[in-house]
Amino acid sequence: MSASSAFNDEKGGSSSVGEPEYGHDPASGGIFSSDYKRHDDLKEMLDSNKDSLKLEAMKRIVAMIARGKNASDLFPAVVKNVACKNIEVKKLVYVYLVRYAEEQQDLALLSISTFQRGLKDPNQLIRASALRVLSSIRVTIIVPIMMLAIKEAASDMSPYVRKTAAHAIPKLYSLDPEQKDQLIEVIEKLLADKTTLVAGSVVMAFEEVCPERIDLIHKNYRKLCNLLIDVEEWGQVVIINMLTRYARTQFLNPNINESLLEEGGSGDKTFYGSDEDEDEDEEEKEKKAEVAAMAKRKPYVMDPDHRLLLRNTKPLLQSRNAAVVMAVAQLYFHLAPKAEVGVIAKALVRLLRSHSEVQYVVLQNVATMSIKRRGMFEPYLKSFYIRSTDPTQIKVLKLEVLTNLANETNISTILREFQTYIKSMDKDFVAATIQAIGRCATNISEVRDTCLNGLVQLLSNRDELVVAESVVVIKKLLQMQPEKHSDIIKHMAKLTDNIQVPMARASILWLIGEYCEHVPKIAPDVLRKMAKSFTNEEDIVKLQIINLAAKLYLTNSKQTKLLTQYVLNLAKYDQNYDIRDRARFIRQLIVPTEKSGALSKYAKKLFLALKPAPVLESPFKDRDHFQLGSLSHLLNAKAGGYQELPDWPEAAPDPSVRNVEVPEWTKCSSREKRKEKKVEKPFYTDSEGESGPTESADSESDSATGSESSSGSEESGSGSESEESKEASESEEEEEEEEEEEKKKKKKDLKKPVQERVFLQTIAPSSTLKSYELLHRITGEGLSVEYCFSRQPFSPDANMVAVQMQFTNNASSDTKNLHIEDVKLQSGMRVKEFPEIELLPAGETATAVMGIDFCDSTQAANFQLCTHTRKFFVSIQPPVGELMRPVFLTENEFKKEQGH
Amino acid sequence: MIHSLFLINHLGDIFLEKHWKSVISRSVCDYFFEAREKAVDPENVPPVLQTPHHYLISIYRGKLFFLSVIQTEVPPLFVIEFLHRVADTFQDYFGECSESVITDNLVIVYELLEEMLDNGFPLATESNVLKEMIRPPNILRSVVNTLTGGSNVGETLPQGQLSNIPWRRAGVKYANNEAYFDVTEEIDAIVDKSGTTVSAEIQGVIEACVKLSGMPDLTMSFMNPRLLDDVSFHPCVRFRRWESERVLSFIPPDGNFTLMTYHISSQNLVAIPVYVKQSINFFEAGSCGRLDITIGPKQTMGKTVEDLKVTIHMPKAVLNANLTATQGNYTYDCTTKMLVWDIGKLNPQKLPNLRGSLSMQTGVPNPEENPSLNIDLKIQQLAISGLKVSRLDMYGEKYKPFKGVKYVTKAGKFQVRT
Repeated sequence: MSASSAFNDEKGGSSSVGEPEYGHDPASGGIFSSDYKRHDDLKEMLDSNKDSLKLEAMKRIVAMIARGKNASDLFPAVVKNVACKNIEVKKLVYVYLVRYAEEQQDLALLSISTFQRGLKDPNQLIRASALRVLSSIRVTIIVPIMMLAIKEAASDMSPYVRKTAAHAIPKLYSLDPEQKDQLIEVIEKLLADKTTLVAGSVVMAFEEVCPERIDLIHKNYRKLCNLLIDVEEWGQVVIINMLTRYARTQFLNPNINESLLEEGGSGDKTFYGSDEDEDEDEEEKEKKAEVAAMAKRKPYVMDPDHRLLLRNTKPLLQSRNAAVVMAVAQLYFHLAPKAEVGVIAKALVRLLRSHSEVQYVVLQNVATMSIKRRGMFEPYLKSFYIRSTDPTQIKVLKLEVLTNLANETNISTILREFQTYIKSMDKDFVAATIQAIGRCATNISEVRDTCLNGLVQLLSNRDELVVAESVVVIKKLLQMQPEKHSDIIKHMAKLTDNIQVPMARASILWLIGEYCEHVPKIAPDVLRKMAKSFTNEEDIVKLQIINLAAKLYLTNSKQTKLLTQYVLNLAKYDQNYDIRDRARFIRQLIVPTEKSGALSKYAKKLFLALKPAPVLESPFKDRDHFQLGSLSHLLNAKAGGYQELPDWPEAAPDPSVRNVEVPEWTKCSSREKRKEKKVEKPFYTDSEGESGPTESADSESDSATGSESSSGSEESGSGSESEESKEASESEEEEEEEEEEEKKKKKKDLKKPVQERVFLQTIAPSSTLKSYELLHRITGEGLSVEYCFSRQPFSPDANMVAVQMQFTNNASSDTKNLHIEDVKLQSGMRVKEFPEIELLPAGETATAVMGIDFCDSTQAANFQLCTHTRKFFVSIQPPVGELMRPVFLTENEFKKEQGH
Repeated sequence: MIHSLFLINHLGDIFLEKHWKSVISRSVCDYFFEAREKAVDPENVPPVLQTPHHYLISIYRGKLFFLSVIQTEVPPLFVIEFLHRVADTFQDYFGECSESVITDNLVIVYELLEEMLDNGFPLATESNVLKEMIRPPNILRSVVNTLTGGSNVGETLPQGQLSNIPWRRAGVKYANNEAYFDVTEEIDAIVDKSGTTVSAEIQGVIEACVKLSGMPDLTMSFMNPRLLDDVSFHPCVRFRRWESERVLSFIPPDGNFTLMTYHISSQNLVAIPVYVKQSINFFEAGSCGRLDITIGPKQTMGKTVEDLKVTIHMPKAVLNANLTATQGNYTYDCTTKMLVWDIGKLNPQKLPNLRGSLSMQTGVPNPEENPSLNIDLKIQQLAISGLKVSRLDMYGEKYKPFKGVKYVTKAGKFQVRT
């Protein structure tokens, strides 16, 4: 026993702070007492009559939970106290219950009646807390009880209870998604609530349960806008983000003219030609060019509801809460006319004084914004200057912003700043600065030579990382105009003796190989040195050595033939299969043998093709297709539950859906009056001149596409029947809305086909298709069949290749019931037959598409082609080049790949 | 939204976990530890990490990591701001935000977290509301509690959440009614080698300590409100009054709070109170360096500069410093390479100077970079921007409160490049 007590003391002494549940109780401590024994003692305390003992026990239990220790075996003892009079004990019991109810569902049920009683309490706060705990217990059996409780609480007198009900909705939804429809009803009801307390919570619930039901917002839109400023901070963030999405579906793009411009001139010129005047000039040119197009377009007038949102969110830029400021900033970025976006810059710059985590997020967003709207942040250039005390990740982001903001006028200041950064002790940061200089140099041609000279000076820097980074950047810059800079290439060739960083070595070798004509004497010598050290090099360096050897062999085979052979032999036995492959491939290409194919004739063209200069651009380019401020934007990848920011509609949906019925007719808003006036005429007649802003926008419906156009035309149809009451048209509108919803749902279900549809639109076969003969008209007794690989996705099955067949009936009689039978395939292959062609009249042709999954092999698919009279054995064998699938590449990705 | 919270100390131990939805195993933190290893500096851990099933958003405060686990899309700033609010609340309750204080008050901390979030969505983050529900610990109360078996949890349920002004509790009573405001301005500046100002900004904040009975309605007006064009407010301030009349009108929270912060970025408005003459050289030959720094007053508006301090982060190669200061003391920490010169009050007649030699590691090439000087200073009774409160009026209550405004200017991120 003495030993045990000694342990006890030790334990108690050493861990009195960290682990109080041992220390105080002599019976519980020591390493010999097992867990349940210790808990026995707690159970005893919980069973006692004294509240103070119970409280003590509960505190220890909660401390265990907080530390992540298992206290689940105490469940029965704790749950007994759920009805305890002492409020603190009760609270702690709730804490326990919420934590462990999921694991002990049966026992948890014992506590339910207490909460049900609580739900009926006259005190609103007790009602609320009962609902809160009840809804937090994740036990599926009580779903109906929860549903009932939520429904009741949603119509409670107290706004606080209603708020709690709104909080309970997502809890129930995550427990049982099948309740969605009922929950949406509750959400709809709570959305109509007029108190600020409820607004934030119910929008939160809306976002978690049914973010796609944007139609629920219509009636509450104006109210939410007006309440916004008085809602608590967290609710504001959620509401603003939701309204951003809403506005994107309901209003027209205020920058419609500018966006046309951007599309037109997204080339290099606009990159630095940012001056407003210039923009306007271009705009005018553009206008002249597209007079016809513009004439059709009605002048843009902002919907008053759109304006309301912008006006009511603006003061929130002054919030102390960074999340609110960011939410408003993204709203302005995505929704405001170009001229008004500027107001957010000041607020965002202010946030840079906040905690470094806030800076990190804000800078990422500023980086994205500064690409699209550079002028906005230019006045604040100095706020992005870097201090030596900033954390590296902040420095790099600020550098990114500075680079984005660089233009002809400020480049000299920025470069001077960069010069001080290069002397920093933080080497990662120096490397990033060198890259930034490279980017400035590519974007602003005036300073290219200055930058290049500066970088060349850095080559004599003592720090190898700096030198290596400079080499990589210089390589990219030289690629733009190599003929002017052969001395730099010579200088760099000398560096191979000293520099060890693999990436830099590889870059130098590539440069020498690429421009070996500019350094005809040095290049073979470099190869000689490299051949010596080949076996000790890193993989990327080895690959470049092979490359260099190949290029020299082609241009200067006299001097380098043996060296090349030697290098290729070394590479042939390398451990890395990439290198072995490369060596084999290159040998076949460049060394002419009797077996070598047609390609070796073109070896020189292949290796010494003019490569396009790499594009140095911001990693933040095009990130704004994610909603700014979102997690997805930060990660540049879609996070779970992210709601796409929809594109602006071509034509604005009916604005009257946001009208709220006003009890007295006298209070009728001007908008409604206008509306009534309109009813006398056909709805969408020529609205130029007298009509209100929104109507003029609507009249664009003729240019709309897809589902929108159909709904638009329906609308105009319903509107032109002037007798029809307004309510009727509205309800119809809602129906349409629902229809659209359904369509969207369907789309979601059929995700794959949708994607393919996208491919269909974007990728068309670039060259004429080669067609093959399947059945000659003589063997086919008048029927001839040709097929080609249409190089389009086969929509029923993504793995199949689409084969387009053309049947021609050259006979004098009709052919009937053309179909496929008796398909013989290799294992793994599949065929999707074309639908039977019932009749092919004489002299006519017909086409059909079938899908074949060749399973990545070149095995033939054999089958019988049957007509009503005959059967023909045919086979389709795919040429290798046709077994490809179209893949969508963005322009940037393409350029990036091309640059290699 | 926020699924779970882990508190992690600088050693990488998880000492508290709280889950607002189903329990998430703490093994999820391994991804964070990995990133922590990679980052070397705790400040360089990316605040947002992506793991196969979760997203981790963390902040670093007071040598602790607050790590939250997220499962679906949520604005990262929302989470970061909330985590800082949690840390602020701890600070407010316990006076500091450290591991020992949190483990000492584990139960209160847990109760607080329970109240602050419901199902991962913020519920009560106003310190006034929280204090009504969960009383902060103090010695007297803990003695009374142990004797009487009383508790730390409020007997009455909080009313604050129900009112339209959730930041103020009802029925406040004081014998002495006082309202104090501290106007603090910090100068952020970068001064280059030659002494020209590269960038300069002022960050101002008005902190308030209001102890007034009942429901006072205060109005604060400024002599020169036009200075303030970039401001942010406590939610109690009425935006519209500010927009139209440039006065701050508000019903204050009870106790300490930040009334407003402001930002003056236009450089010509920012006075730089001191100048620095410096030369730091490293010699190739003798493996040593020389350092000579003199500081003098520049634009101090006739006030004295106090608490002057210079901090220099030396290059790795500097082994030791052998310097003499005409005023104040200097210390050099050879492990962190920090040279700190604590000067104190700046005497314009006799300018403080620090000079001497630096001993360098031999055989290592000279550092190419020159370290920059970080300056700390304080000027009492001066807001360097010239901002002045002209009046403070109270409506809604009958008593006469005692009012006071204090001004102070400090150096924020004040850096001199060499």
